[in-house]
Amino acid sequence: MKILLLPKYGSAVAAGFPSAADDFLENNLDLNQHLIRHPAATYLARAQGSSMTGRGIFDGDTLIVDRAIEPKHGNIVIAALDGELTCKILDKHKQQLVAANPKIKPIAVAENSELIIEGVVIHSIRHHVRLS
Amino acid sequence: MYALVDCNSFYASCEQIFRPDLRGKPVVVLSNNDGCIVARSKEAKNLGIPDLQAFFKIAHLLRQKGVHVFSSNYCLYGDISHKVMSTLQNYSPDIEVYSIDEMFLCLAGVQEPLIAYGQTIKQTVWRDIRMPVSVGIAPTKTLAKLANHAAKKIPKVQGVCLLDSQEKWQWLQKRLPVTKVWGIGSQLGKRLNAINIVNIYDLATANAKHLRKQFSVDVERIIEELNGKPALSLELQPTAKKQIFCTRSFGEKPTELKPLAQAISAYAARACEKLRAQKQYCKSIQVFINTSPYDNNYYSQQLVVQLPYPTDDSRIIIANANKALKIIYKEDKRYLKAGIGLLDLSERKYNQQDLFQKSQSEQCDALMLTVDKINRRYGQGLLYWGAEGSNKRWRMRQQFLSPAYTTRWEDIPFINC
Repeated sequence: MKILLLPKYGSAVAAGFPSAADDFLENNLDLNQHLIRHPAATYLARAQGSSMTGRGIFDGDTLIVDRAIEPKHGNIVIAALDGELTCKILDKHKQQLVAANPKIKPIAVAENSELIIEGVVIHSIRHHVRLS
Repeated sequence: MYALVDCNSFYASCEQIFRPDLRGKPVVVLSNNDGCIVARSKEAKNLGIPDLQAFFKIAHLLRQKGVHVFSSNYCLYGDISHKVMSTLQNYSPDIEVYSIDEMFLCLAGVQEPLIAYGQTIKQTVWRDIRMPVSVGIAPTKTLAKLANHAAKKIPKVQGVCLLDSQEKWQWLQKRLPVTKVWGIGSQLGKRLNAINIVNIYDLATANAKHLRKQFSVDVERIIEELNGKPALSLELQPTAKKQIFCTRSFGEKPTELKPLAQAISAYAARACEKLRAQKQYCKSIQVFINTSPYDNNYYSQQLVVQLPYPTDDSRIIIANANKALKIIYKEDKRYLKAGIGLLDLSERKYNQQDLFQKSQSEQCDALMLTVDKINRRYGQGLLYWGAEGSNKRWRMRQQFLSPAYTTRWEDIPFINC
């Protein structure tokens, strides 16, 4: 026997008009679905510092980082430069990591240093009220 | 065909995921209570750091060689294991999670060349999770295990080894001792050596029917599997455990009854949670305590207690565990370890009601359900039983614990901007 799953009605059955919304009943909105494509490849991090303010990333913001997507020129990435993690804009043409803050100079990736992209920042979350 | 995907130095690799500065460096992970080394990165192995060595004995050597030391971080390891598993699900509809760091995949129906497929799996797990894995592919699970061993040991195959013909697996079998076979322990290995079965090839070409009589049907199955005939299928559903044990070493060795009783109560509570999660009752429990075997007057004792009826009620199990503890406890000892085992388990749904005997009430079911639900939602240990005490000085020593990067908000990694 197959069981057919039906959405629950929004109004009681007994009397009066049925709710006009019943025909449009859907699942609740899920932020995970909205923000994350590759759950197993995604991690969260906390921004620390002011070099990315020009792209709207401020100290204390939560970063959503996806390892599974190919980092492209101009993406905001988490990079491990000689083992040290930093969040910058990837400049593939000039082989450098660029800050989004004119006060901070781009970091050139030297020939003998090791650059590994640890994921692309796909969203950043700004906390306007701290919920405890 | 089956693939066995095995994470390389799993615990040590987990510690390197959010610490790229530690990749390629010697890293070791300590057991519960920082007792001994349980995992080593390749670099630590190359430095000659031995496995299962007591930490206090080689702490100076580790410092001298610049080895990075971590306490076990099971929150992190469990979550990373889960991520690896869900990534592998893209490569096979049938997966058996064999252990926290090993998964069997059924590769029936894969059209691609299998070595390339294995490489894709390996590269994807690295790209998505930063977990290095080795892949062994063969027509049976036992051969896949062997293939995985080869994938780790032979650099030329680059982490993926396919044993798809008799010549290939026999080549390997001739070069490995029989104890390298999945399911052949050192005891059985000795008995096989005694009848001139030394390497795996000797076993694979031995008379299966004959050995079945001498040993067991398991040995016959292993021989079939070693010859490419599948005798073991994937176990897709984890089997419910027949016993549940919760044992820990103490950080600060207690001598008095009170902290010991609190520890036993906490372990009992944890074991009961697991019991309820697998929807079982238990009928008897075992309590054990021991001092350090290095102490002069080594003391070790255990006791099994029958419960009044099959139950998963934390209160009854904790009360009975404490009764047992009082009987086996001796004064003037420094206890190193204590534990509880839930034995004699049965499925809740098959429980027989007895008109004349008391059994677990519905109120109790509801209470336990609520406690578990609250702890699942707000974090383990938010609600605990009075017997556990509030000052957990006896709990695990974890001097070198890394953050729970992926499971705790306050532990997510900081990134410099």
